[in-house]
Amino acid sequence: MARDTSYRAVMARQNEIMKKSLGMDYEEYVKGPIVFDYEAMMSGSGYTLEKVREIQREVGVGNTPLLELKNVTELVRRYAKPGYGARICVKDEACNPSGSFKDRRASVSLYHAAKKGYPGALAATSGNYGAAVASQAAMRNLGCIIVQEVFDSRHVGQPEIIEKTRKCEAFGAEVVQLTVGPELFYVALLLLEETGYFNASLYSPYGVAGIETLGYEIVEQCRARYGKDPAYVVVTHAGGGNVTGTARGLRKAGALGTKVVGASVDLTGLHMASDRDFNRKSFTTGHTGFGVPFATWPDRTDVPKNAARPLRYLDRYVTVTQGEVFYVTEVVATVEGLERGPAGNTSLAAAIPLAAELPEDEIVVVQETEYTGAGKHPQAQLDFARRNGVEVRRGDPRENVPGKRIVIPEKFSQLHVTEMPLDRMRRSYIRNAVQKNGLKEINAEEVQFLAEDSKLTPEEVCRILEELEVKVRA
Amino acid sequence: MSQRCAKGDWVMIHQIILEPHERSKDIPEDTAKVPLEAWIKGWANDSAEVGQEVEITTPSGRITKGRLVEVNPGFTHTYGPAVPELNPIAQELRAVLKEAKNRG
Repeated sequence: MARDTSYRAVMARQNEIMKKSLGMDYEEYVKGPIVFDYEAMMSGSGYTLEKVREIQREVGVGNTPLLELKNVTELVRRYAKPGYGARICVKDEACNPSGSFKDRRASVSLYHAAKKGYPGALAATSGNYGAAVASQAAMRNLGCIIVQEVFDSRHVGQPEIIEKTRKCEAFGAEVVQLTVGPELFYVALLLLEETGYFNASLYSPYGVAGIETLGYEIVEQCRARYGKDPAYVVVTHAGGGNVTGTARGLRKAGALGTKVVGASVDLTGLHMASDRDFNRKSFTTGHTGFGVPFATWPDRTDVPKNAARPLRYLDRYVTVTQGEVFYVTEVVATVEGLERGPAGNTSLAAAIPLAAELPEDEIVVVQETEYTGAGKHPQAQLDFARRNGVEVRRGDPRENVPGKRIVIPEKFSQLHVTEMPLDRMRRSYIRNAVQKNGLKEINAEEVQFLAEDSKLTPEEVCRILEELEVKVRA
Repeated sequence: MSQRCAKGDWVMIHQIILEPHERSKDIPEDTAKVPLEAWIKGWANDSAEVGQEVEITTPSGRITKGRLVEVNPGFTHTYGPAVPELNPIAQELRAVLKEAKNRG
């Protein structure tokens, strides 16, 4: 009998499909509605940092150069107060085989898929991760399907994502291009069921363990060259894997004094699942539309327990505007000779004002760059914005309005960051954890887990629970 | 552009995955009014006219059917025209750097 492929029926089979396609049973780690053994889940996959380095060496992933941005640093020092303006370095992740740090994530997933005998791998992503999975699948001669959200209902596609379709196809992958909607996940499940492919989820322990090497290399490179650890590592934050993996790598290298700063493009007010808003975004990744919901409720993803848990690691979270990121993309091309993709420069846009806060002898590391190409380029993205009714002009970036106005700074010194209140996000994480599980009462073990998962003390968690009228059992 | 594909041609097909009433209940109003659509590429298993239904074999080896949209579909995305707001940035900042160097 043919399987029922209706939306409701497939979603009801979600757990069963996941278990088969991930080859891991999350039940082993889950201890209750809230508590699960995160570290056991991360190490249970058996991919230690050393093993991941070995896997990545074999496929030419990682060991990317750390470049000092001397002219950008000089420009910061021109306006910072005397003696201020930390050295800015960038980890040139565009040097990876498919052009972004996502190769690190895909390398472990595809190694695992091959080892377990899956015929191929599938990823539901409109980001660089698709190309990374496709490239790694090509190296291992495995099948590959990438499911992307590309078009609005007029069949108008985001140029940045169309370029990513092209890149995936260049590596021999099948690409399923969809219109806007969260049912992308339903299509992915259907295809996993049909093909028996491995679910190369961004949120599995494999997908996160692969990034730990990035944090680790940053510390090794800074110590070798400057004899010290960076003061800040600035990480573009979207789904949370980049923050989580990088921070874990920094810790494993012993850089305990380094602050982890997340940075996202501010797209406040634009609905991620809206057909109309879809093409009013001029960035399709690295923005608050992913950054905030994924931090405040990580378990919203395609896996039962998300390995990407950014609130555990973030010391600070800031936003920048779209216009600032395009400006910085032009800056880094024309004064540093590094033409890179805009989305990957989100953390660089934040690092510039952050460096101005620190003394000259400190180091700020921007932990990624990405490749650029037709569509995935400031000219293409700004032209697209204009054609979709978004105003583009120069001025003060504080006048930016997501989906309505992109303001390209007039001066380098206008680059700024807006602080995102992490305390408020930690509070909403705790609210989500109790409310989504329908809990009116929790125990001490659960309080301890929530504290670890949100980087709060158990006392702070109890205070928030009291406000939420949730009882704590002794 | 050819209006007809032969067996073995590289083509793009269109499918309606979910009609509006079949979609998730948790989506914004504007999205709920339109179907979820897909475009997939592969090699045609039969000859067909654009607009007709055709079966294809995809690069992953799947067999699927849909309305033929294009034969030898390519990519036409570009770098776009010059953007006047970005254009002067290089000159502005290089002047600042030159001045900094002269001052020593």
